[in-house]
Amino acid sequence: MPEFFHRKLERSAIGFVLAIIGVSAIGGMVEIAPLFTIDETVEEAPDMRVYTPLELAGRNIYTREGCYACHSQMIRTLRDEVERYGPYSLAVESQYDRPMLWGSKRTGPDLARLGGKYSDAWHVAHLVNPRDVVPESVMPRYGWLQRNTLRIDDLPRHLKAMQRLGVPYTDEMVESAAADAMGQAAPDSGFAAGVAGRYGEETNIRAFDGEPGRLTEMDALVAYLQILGRLTDAAHATDAVETGSTQDE
Amino acid sequence: MALEKHDPVTGQTTTGHEWNGIEELDTPIPRVALFFLVTTALFALGYWILMPAWPLGVTYTRGLLGFDQREVVTRQVETAAAERAGWADRVMALDYAGVQADPELMRIVGETGHALFGDNCAVCHGTDGRGSRGFPDLTAGAWLWGGEPETIHETIRVGINSGHDETRMSQMMAFGRDGVLEREQVRAVAAYVRSLSQPEALAGDARIEEGRQIFAENCASCHGEDATGMVETGAPNLTDDVWIYGGDAQSVYASIHGGRQGHMPHWEGRLKPLDLKILALYVHGLGGGR
Repeated sequence: MPEFFHRKLERSAIGFVLAIIGVSAIGGMVEIAPLFTIDETVEEAPDMRVYTPLELAGRNIYTREGCYACHSQMIRTLRDEVERYGPYSLAVESQYDRPMLWGSKRTGPDLARLGGKYSDAWHVAHLVNPRDVVPESVMPRYGWLQRNTLRIDDLPRHLKAMQRLGVPYTDEMVESAAADAMGQAAPDSGFAAGVAGRYGEETNIRAFDGEPGRLTEMDALVAYLQILGRLTDAAHATDAVETGSTQDE
Repeated sequence: MALEKHDPVTGQTTTGHEWNGIEELDTPIPRVALFFLVTTALFALGYWILMPAWPLGVTYTRGLLGFDQREVVTRQVETAAAERAGWADRVMALDYAGVQADPELMRIVGETGHALFGDNCAVCHGTDGRGSRGFPDLTAGAWLWGGEPETIHETIRVGINSGHDETRMSQMMAFGRDGVLEREQVRAVAAYVRSLSQPEALAGDARIEEGRQIFAENCASCHGEDATGMVETGAPNLTDDVWIYGGDAQSVYASIHGGRQGHMPHWEGRLKPLDLKILALYVHGLGGGR
């Protein structure tokens, strides 16, 4: 019987290990490596802004409470999703998400276009007890968010970590992170002007949980939920449902 | 390799390995597995040629079919819109009375409106439109900003106290907290306001007369002399039995003490003009219209 190539390979321990590594690297080379070399994988969005410290704190709470286990943040290129939720998600919209929270399961609805869809008061009522506003909901309660004071002393270090990962926070943003977090939820305080100055006039600055005097985890989470899908308008440029269409079930 | 050995029972060749007199058969993998292996490999080859597949430095192989998910979904949505154009164009072209006069169009508006309402409005106003505390009941016929389809459309389009440039704006002062009224005065006006809709329950309450005067001086400019509300200011009718924040003594006291400023998001930009029109008709239908 002739010696086939594979039979030879099997008998060389080092050669076989190298072959296994080579074959298992194909997936990464095809799916990951091109993201660094092919420009069109991430769109251009000059208006893309970073998360404010309060929104970043809210994002950390979103991760801590495991919201991603039941809610996705990714509208796929499918007709029913585009018609229900809005324009499909672009890669650039997750540019400053470290890590991304696209999720893979929808027990609740997708949240990628949630920002501005409902009022702050609704978010607070819904998080305290979802059944109060949506009787058929199966979402757990998160009432303690309203009682827990938000920890802000570590926010500069959170921003610093993001900065090291390539998120374009300036050193000034890092230094004033704690003050900016307070200011964003207290529109009448002296800290509010700095937030608008550093993060743009479009930034939501208001008492998210309805109590301007106290900075709670509820403030942070609602601030984060109200910015979802609104860091850039890039996705709306591709809006497929521009021409007088309606939604179907 | 040395001489091939055959197993005497099966006739199969052996690997030449032997353990305690037992020799290992060199059975080839079943044909069917080989068949699937070859088929999937051929499928992959075809896929690589037809579909976007391999990265090539700064570009990639685009495939002969020129497939692009984003183009596909854009086309699907356009096709769906074209399918609906038959009735959608008529809904857009007609005025509200015209659409309402057409039972066939109203049937479609009812079906499409129900889906739109469920996706966008139901979390606050309830699947049945009955709302909950702080979120108005749309079936009660108590319209803050007017109950005609045109005014409902405008409310949906610009929202209330929303971020829209033309937003409807309404704020009830915090009469107690801001020190405009004393605690007893707030109690009195609360009693008067409650007596308007529940005259039996509050009959003989001594504070009502004082409350009537305080109301005339402080509240009538928005709620009207007769407390039936004003659509111009979005001030609710206080003489009916419909309450957004509750009609018990404590709730009415809390509203007068701390003021109220409801917030409804604006939907222009998020929903298409046709969707807004359908929703206006649907919501108008929920409340029995006016």
